[in-house]
Amino acid sequence: MSDDGAQSVTHRSSFATLSRLWPYVRPVRLELLASLAAALGAMLAGLSIPLVIQQIIDGPVARGELSELPWLVGLVLVLGVAEAVLFYARRRLNVRPSTTVEMRLREDIYHQLQRLPVAFHDKWQSGQLLSRAVNDLSTLRRFIAFAAIFLVVNATVLVVGVGVLLTLSPLLGLVVIACGAPLVVLSYLFETKYKIYARRAQDLQGDLASTVEESVLGIRVLKAFGRGRNMTKSFMAQARSLRGAELSKVRVMAALWAVLVSLPELAIAGQLAIGGIGIANGTLTAGTLVAAITVATYLRWPFDSIGWLLAETNMAASACDRYWEVRDEINPLVEPEHPRELPEHVHGYLRFEDVHFAYDGGQHEVLKGIDLEVRPGETVALVGSTGSGKTALTALVARLADVTGGRVTVDGIDVRDLRMNDLRQIVATAFEEPVLFSASVRENVALGTPDATDEDVHEALRVAQAEEFVAKLPWGIATRVGEQGLSLSGGQRQRLALARAVVGRPAVLVLDDPLSALDVHTEGEVERALRRVLHDVTALVVAHRPSTVQLADRVAMLVDGRIAAVGTHSELIATNAEYRRLLSTLDEDEDEEVAV
Amino acid sequence: MSTPTTATPADTDWRGVAAEDIENVDKVVTARLQARSRRLLVSLLRPHKWAVALALVFVLLENGAQLAGPLLVAAAIDNGVTGVVAGRPATLVWCVLGYALCGLASAGAKFSFVRLSGRVGQDLLLDLRRRVFRHVQRLSLSFHESYTSGKIISRLSSDVESIDDLLDMGLDGLLSSIFTVVGIAVTLLVLDLRLALVVLLGFVPVYLVTRWFRRSSHKAYRATTTAVAKVIVQFVETMNGIRAVQAYRRHDRNEQILHEVNVEYRDANNQAFKVMSRFTATVRLVGNVTVAVVLAWGALRVVDGTLQLGVLAAFTLYLRRLYDPLDDLAMFANSYSAAVAALEKISGVLEEEPSVAEPAEPTALPHEGRRGELRFEGVEFHYGPDTPVVLPEFDLHVPAGQTIAVVGATGAGKSTLAKLVARFYDPSKGSVSLDGVNLREVADVDLRSAVTMVTQENFLFAGSVADNIAMGRPDATREDVERAAASVGAHEFISALPEGYDTDVRKRGGRLSAGQRQLVAFARALLADPSVLVLDEATSSLDVPTERAVQAALETVLADRTALIIAHRLSTVLIADRVLVVDNGRIVEDGSPADLIGQAGRFARLHEAWMESLA
Repeated sequence: MSDDGAQSVTHRSSFATLSRLWPYVRPVRLELLASLAAALGAMLAGLSIPLVIQQIIDGPVARGELSELPWLVGLVLVLGVAEAVLFYARRRLNVRPSTTVEMRLREDIYHQLQRLPVAFHDKWQSGQLLSRAVNDLSTLRRFIAFAAIFLVVNATVLVVGVGVLLTLSPLLGLVVIACGAPLVVLSYLFETKYKIYARRAQDLQGDLASTVEESVLGIRVLKAFGRGRNMTKSFMAQARSLRGAELSKVRVMAALWAVLVSLPELAIAGQLAIGGIGIANGTLTAGTLVAAITVATYLRWPFDSIGWLLAETNMAASACDRYWEVRDEINPLVEPEHPRELPEHVHGYLRFEDVHFAYDGGQHEVLKGIDLEVRPGETVALVGSTGSGKTALTALVARLADVTGGRVTVDGIDVRDLRMNDLRQIVATAFEEPVLFSASVRENVALGTPDATDEDVHEALRVAQAEEFVAKLPWGIATRVGEQGLSLSGGQRQRLALARAVVGRPAVLVLDDPLSALDVHTEGEVERALRRVLHDVTALVVAHRPSTVQLADRVAMLVDGRIAAVGTHSELIATNAEYRRLLSTLDEDEDEEVAV
Repeated sequence: MSTPTTATPADTDWRGVAAEDIENVDKVVTARLQARSRRLLVSLLRPHKWAVALALVFVLLENGAQLAGPLLVAAAIDNGVTGVVAGRPATLVWCVLGYALCGLASAGAKFSFVRLSGRVGQDLLLDLRRRVFRHVQRLSLSFHESYTSGKIISRLSSDVESIDDLLDMGLDGLLSSIFTVVGIAVTLLVLDLRLALVVLLGFVPVYLVTRWFRRSSHKAYRATTTAVAKVIVQFVETMNGIRAVQAYRRHDRNEQILHEVNVEYRDANNQAFKVMSRFTATVRLVGNVTVAVVLAWGALRVVDGTLQLGVLAAFTLYLRRLYDPLDDLAMFANSYSAAVAALEKISGVLEEEPSVAEPAEPTALPHEGRRGELRFEGVEFHYGPDTPVVLPEFDLHVPAGQTIAVVGATGAGKSTLAKLVARFYDPSKGSVSLDGVNLREVADVDLRSAVTMVTQENFLFAGSVADNIAMGRPDATREDVERAAASVGAHEFISALPEGYDTDVRKRGGRLSAGQRQLVAFARALLADPSVLVLDEATSSLDVPTERAVQAALETVLADRTALIIAHRLSTVLIADRVLVVDNGRIVEDGSPADLIGQAGRFARLHEAWMESLA
């Protein structure tokens, strides 16, 4: 996704790319303008100090008259203080705007990322996303705080300086322009190259971060198989290509520097030669030559910095591109244009009507026409062999993915006609893998129901048979769990995930094999609790084990993306051979062995 | 090194409480941290000392050529022009050529310096990345359980990058600035001692403000990196838990939290900038005031006749050039602070000793006879010196080839037992030995090929299915991989994937279901062909037919292999030769499944419960 991206970037100018930041910069434009004015003021004050010094030396000192001296020294002092103060003001004025823009950009990409479908997140490495939200945004912050301002200030100084030069002596001015023009062209060429390498380096940095993440999260597997060395090898290969990209940057930078340093010097040498001859011919005064060289010397920093500032601008532009790459991602899960209101009382009548589903909108259908209804208060277990499409089916109810054909309805309303928030309020989904966040138990259970009281949380924990172990945690429900907190066992995590599902008192529960990681004791306890909860709630439960199936009123068997049979557990056991194969208990296992 | 996250009540509110060590940055600690990171820096630079010296030469050359320029201009005007008038253009020609040459030489030196220092810097970063990554891989699991992935990612990415920044922009400016400041100071002292002393007087406030700046900006940057780590953790956790985020409408709450940490990060950045702007403005102020003072006094002395006009002019010109590089130095100090903070954290990770250390002189495992005999002798275990004992002292002997099932409630210590066998931890007391060799004396490579563990956290890496299975034995052929997959009944579903064994499973195996991931993990373990196989709840998320297939495979695979199986399913337990019932860290029952069922103990009760659930 990165290489072809880099190609397209080169065809667009940095400024066009950066102009997309305008909506964010607009609210802080006044502060930035003030900062710009301060920078310009500081620069002018700094430039005029030598002129006053010239006056002191040529006037009072040369003539030995000290009456004017206090005034002129006073003027130097005033200009000096003004420069320092404006200098301070420039920095102080752009701190808040730049960090504020950075913050807003980050919050907006976070907003977008949180809403992009699971399929997007499966495709993108989180390291890549992270490098956009952290590194790229700091690049943009630096650009706004510094490069953008000095690009304007220095360009202004450059124009003024060249104007002064041309007035002093057109010939000497032309020499500077003759060297300045190729400088601008060459620096532009180098910058363009630099931009490509910079983006490559940023991408590689993102990849590297992903590898680091994998190596850390998968450390147990790496240790178990002693594969740390291999992981290190591939990490180093990546680090080496990052080094390669960085060195390409360095090479371009070095060439750019060579140009930036030599051309202005050559311009001054040229001025010296022409000026020297001019003075000898009497067409030029020595004072004019000195003045011209002095001005040309003053213009060096603006000249020098233009290249570097352009580099910063390009870095910022490529950071900006990467940022918008994610922001421009179209979210296929859209809020309905004309949302329907939830009925006064939600019964939780769940229906799948000729539902088709394919990942990424591809050809390969995982679900090939599902018709299934779960009546209010009923629990239906979904069984099927690995890969039969059970998990895909569960994702469709809460719209973690959308059907590619047919529809899913709750109380007769297509789930796509409900506001996402409304839908997910009445449908709770618990996943096979319980994810805990680095937050308190309370926060982990309440998650999206911030108005849940401690009472509610305790009640949910009770239902999920988690109250006891939570009470034993060092700070009870205030204990931080997750990666940055106390680590819990798989069964404990699963029970917290269950508590999370029931805390909002949803009308429809979708449970993707919630009992898989529980040991027998707790499995039994959770089951009993679940039975109580499931009594008056509509539930679709993916099940692998007979014990889970027994929670259900009816069982639907999924075979190759279609519902092959629906009935009670005992009916199916009695009549369906495939079902027996899927859920046969130990006894039949032994039968088979006997048969073999 | 950890961050003080338990700072404010609002913070602890949602984050909850954790036993984080709140860092007290007193003077002793700071000094120790500085010494530690300096050691690291020196060791990183040592291999490049000649290149660094050469780079220094280039900078000297560049600056020398630059300093010569104004002298040549003066010569051209004073002597060259008069020469041309007198019909001797040679002087002017030489001056112009000399100036051009100086310009080209300084450009060439700059070019060489940038390339050379860039190379050294990147080599150094590569070295640093390698060291940290390797070290993190070597560190024990206990470290990984306390140090979060987000923090390690920070160490290896943003922290290394701030060192990159320092090398990138800092070195160049720093060296030039130092040469300029020293050169000018010396020139001034030679030109006029008294006036130079006035100038040097200005260095006193500059020195004081620099000292203040170094301390404050250092603190500010520490705050910045701490805050950015929080932003990173929030991001990573949201992206990794995106399913739960969406299903439970956590968006808004998350945005609130991100806003919180974002504001903290912004404020930290603002503080850093404020410190910076105060410093640079003060330096500039001191410089400008010095100019005014030098002018006033200098003018008086010129009129007195105690100072030459030219010297005064030189002073004012040089003063400007003296204070300009001080700003660069400030810029350097800025990235220096960032890099120092980063280096401190990195060196902190590097100084972590793996609590499970590889032996210096490993003992080889015997190759003869039946292998896989395990012996626990006087083993006691707790996770840390101040934490409660998880496994009180016990002995256990597992003959080679025996399949042992460990049952017990969650938290009874089953997994800990398994982790001791795989040496994820060392026992706090006593020893665990394999084939008569203490695990502490076995080389890591040998141990990993002898003991393989499959856990319920079956992590897959982004990459093909085949690559993931081949992790168990990298030199395995495609046939070996497919055979291993087939033996656990995974061949069917893998072949049905769009690109079969070459299908990318995506990050963390996201493309596969939990059951499928577990099958891949199983195939991976079988391919490794270890003499001891540890299965920690490894069949928990398989469906019945798959588990049946795995079990059938296990019965052949485990036939001549020692196995430790932690399971809560009767079907798995019954294939064991021997069952251990663990309660509160103690082995309370030990015997064959049939014996234990007959004894009316805990296992018998469990068995009864199982049978009921299956009915």
